[in-house]
Amino acid sequence: MPSVCFYFQVHQPYRIKHYRVFDIGHDSAYFNDNSENDLNNRRILEKVARKSYLPANRTILELIKKHPKFKVSYSLSGVLLEQLEKFSPETLQSFQDLAKTGNVEFLSETYYHSLSFLYSPEEFRTQVKLHRKKIKELFGQEPKVFRNTELIYNNSLAVEIEKMGYKGILAEGADHILGWRSPNFLYRPKGTSKLSVLLKNYRLSDDIAFRFSSRDWKEYPLTAPKFSQWVSQVNGNGNLVNLFMDYETFGEHQWEDTGIFEFLRHLPGEILKHPDNDFVTPSEAIDRYSPVSELDVHNFVSWADIERDLSAWLSNPIQNDAIRKLYDLEKIVLGSKDRKLIEDWRKMQTSDHFYYMCTKWFADGDVHKYFNPYSSPYEAFISFMNALGDLRLRIPSEKNEKALTT
Amino acid sequence: MVYSRKHLMFPISNGMNIRVLMFGWEFPPYNSGGLGTACYGLSKALAQENVQIMFVLPKKFNVKSQHLKILFADEHAVKFQEINSLLYPYVTSEEYVLDRERIKGDIYGRTLLEEVERYARAARRIAKKEKFDIIHAHDWLSFLAGIEAKKVSGKPLIVHVHATEFDRTGGQGVNQNVYEIERRGLNFADKIIAVSNLTKQKIVYHYGIDPNKIEVVHNGIDGSEYRKLSDRLGNLKRENKKIVLYAGRITIQKGPEYFIRAARQVVDHYPNVVFVVAGSGDMEHQIMMEAAFLGISDKVIFTGFLRGDDLNAVYQAADLYVMPSVSEPFGITPLEALVNDTPVLISKQSGISEVLTHALKTDFWDTEDMANKIISVLAHGSLKETLRDNGKYEASKVTWRESARKCVNLYRQILSERQVAV
Repeated sequence: MPSVCFYFQVHQPYRIKHYRVFDIGHDSAYFNDNSENDLNNRRILEKVARKSYLPANRTILELIKKHPKFKVSYSLSGVLLEQLEKFSPETLQSFQDLAKTGNVEFLSETYYHSLSFLYSPEEFRTQVKLHRKKIKELFGQEPKVFRNTELIYNNSLAVEIEKMGYKGILAEGADHILGWRSPNFLYRPKGTSKLSVLLKNYRLSDDIAFRFSSRDWKEYPLTAPKFSQWVSQVNGNGNLVNLFMDYETFGEHQWEDTGIFEFLRHLPGEILKHPDNDFVTPSEAIDRYSPVSELDVHNFVSWADIERDLSAWLSNPIQNDAIRKLYDLEKIVLGSKDRKLIEDWRKMQTSDHFYYMCTKWFADGDVHKYFNPYSSPYEAFISFMNALGDLRLRIPSEKNEKALTT
Repeated sequence: MVYSRKHLMFPISNGMNIRVLMFGWEFPPYNSGGLGTACYGLSKALAQENVQIMFVLPKKFNVKSQHLKILFADEHAVKFQEINSLLYPYVTSEEYVLDRERIKGDIYGRTLLEEVERYARAARRIAKKEKFDIIHAHDWLSFLAGIEAKKVSGKPLIVHVHATEFDRTGGQGVNQNVYEIERRGLNFADKIIAVSNLTKQKIVYHYGIDPNKIEVVHNGIDGSEYRKLSDRLGNLKRENKKIVLYAGRITIQKGPEYFIRAARQVVDHYPNVVFVVAGSGDMEHQIMMEAAFLGISDKVIFTGFLRGDDLNAVYQAADLYVMPSVSEPFGITPLEALVNDTPVLISKQSGISEVLTHALKTDFWDTEDMANKIISVLAHGSLKETLRDNGKYEASKVTWRESARKCVNLYRQILSERQVAV
């Protein structure tokens, strides 16, 4: 009797505008591009809200009304929520309406959708707290399940998360961590005693997220009955089918004219036709099922690229240089007590900035190019480092030092 | 030659048995720039694809080549080196007359155009005598030769455009005679090869040619020819100065004044830097004056024209190579820089910009952006390193072999179309 567990990631970064070395010391608004390009955060947010978030939320709300057993979960980054408050209150309201149904669980993550766990455990905990506060404030929920940025995960994260009081955590069901085992069960992370880990069924998830509209795919076109049949096949050899994906799959990555909303509209009904199937949120899954064995993940895994590792953000010298120089400032930035400065420093921690600097174009190029608002990874790096040069000037103790001498 | 039906049904995978009569204007080491380098690189790679090439040059130069047969249109030429100094393909027609006045020789044509016409007459003679399947002519200086060869032999003509008059003049003061020769060649040709999409667009836009008649074949480079050289500019290196390099003719097409203006802005933010200008040209004096006027004479070094290992050593010494061209049909120098382990900043108004992703790019007129990027490379070692390593890898894929294969496919296509038509 497989339970289907939907988790949708909802996130938009504060993209840094084209920021030249000559702007250092003159302009400390790094995220306020107002041109017609893809660095204009308001423009992007309004577009994605119109094409994806609003119609998808409408669809999910209808589905919950029609099928009271239909459940979903979301992880909304803090930087997304801020931008919704500013640029699209209507979208925020539609998420709050979903919260009121009682069928929706909100997950915990770092407020700034950051890689802070890799660089500063303290900063990581602070950002998780900030996010919890925001979720409580907006949706009245206290998250019990954690998902780290881009599903980055290993044993030590799981241990930390258990210490912080969570009962579950999400991760990628990558082949190289599972081996012969199935992602369709709960596991117990090595080093923890009560925590459960839910693993993404990447085949079924990616059938929707990546392959849905691909005409080269032999299963094209994907229909709700066909997909439910695949889900039902898990019956007997698994408890859970974890369908984890970006929420922008609906309407933004897969455009409306691909039929993605129709697919979504029909899927719950089709899945529920089989009496053994149902839907759960991550917390319900953990309450209902028990871990089948220990899961030992020493190296970090993520849900990105074919490598499913950290290489999308941290594989070349510019990415490593940029993030190291950013976290080098942690003490003095936090010590400044300057709220705006700290906020800007944190907005620069969002993982997307480092993703844009990825040069791994030879194998995985298309995806990175598609999701890059800069014309090249080098342009992304240059604007980032120049903005960081300005930020450094704003730190009281460094006022007199030159921005460029690092 | 005659293609049998069997050949058509089972096309052989290389250029075996295709004989090409190729017209050029210059050839290394008697070249003044990219055209000679390109002709050399392409013809060598074609020879490796088993194409038989007869390469025709207008004057007898002391060039030898193992991979092809070289014919000279003027077999009685004397003092060819001096002659060569005049016949470089980048002079505009007006400059040729001026130069000629200075030298006062009597063995050259009175104008560059007369040289071109004389070359065409000689081409008739050669085309009557030699056996070949296809004519392939490089740039306007040899277009008339190609046309005449086609008239005499009836063989198909490919004209290969490395630059148009609009590139050479920066769009100002286009010579009508040169334009006419280019247009005639483009119209008379069976197929046109352009060195970039940028050049293809210019051919369509300025000459009214059907885009379907034009194939884009990017140039290449043969990286295996490069090796680590002993340090030049060692004094600068010892002083820990960063070196930003310009290498190319100092002429309007190449945008040297934008380089100098960007240099001015760099110096204000990053004083520990020297700008090296390697090349010569009609704007050399003007650019020196500009540097003085901007107060950065002490930061700009003019090396004069460099070639071979001298040039490679300067590439290797540099922290960044900048190509600020106003209009660059292809632009082979960034590939040379990358092969020599130096990252590049290139003008978006260039063919090479279509080929390289691991390069910094700028609009030539946006000197502030140019300066911003130069400073970033100098200030952040990680940026230099990433651009250099990825760029070198990318450049290694841009080979003459690839260009030659595209040419061979084009030869085959033309020959089989002819066969079918017959």
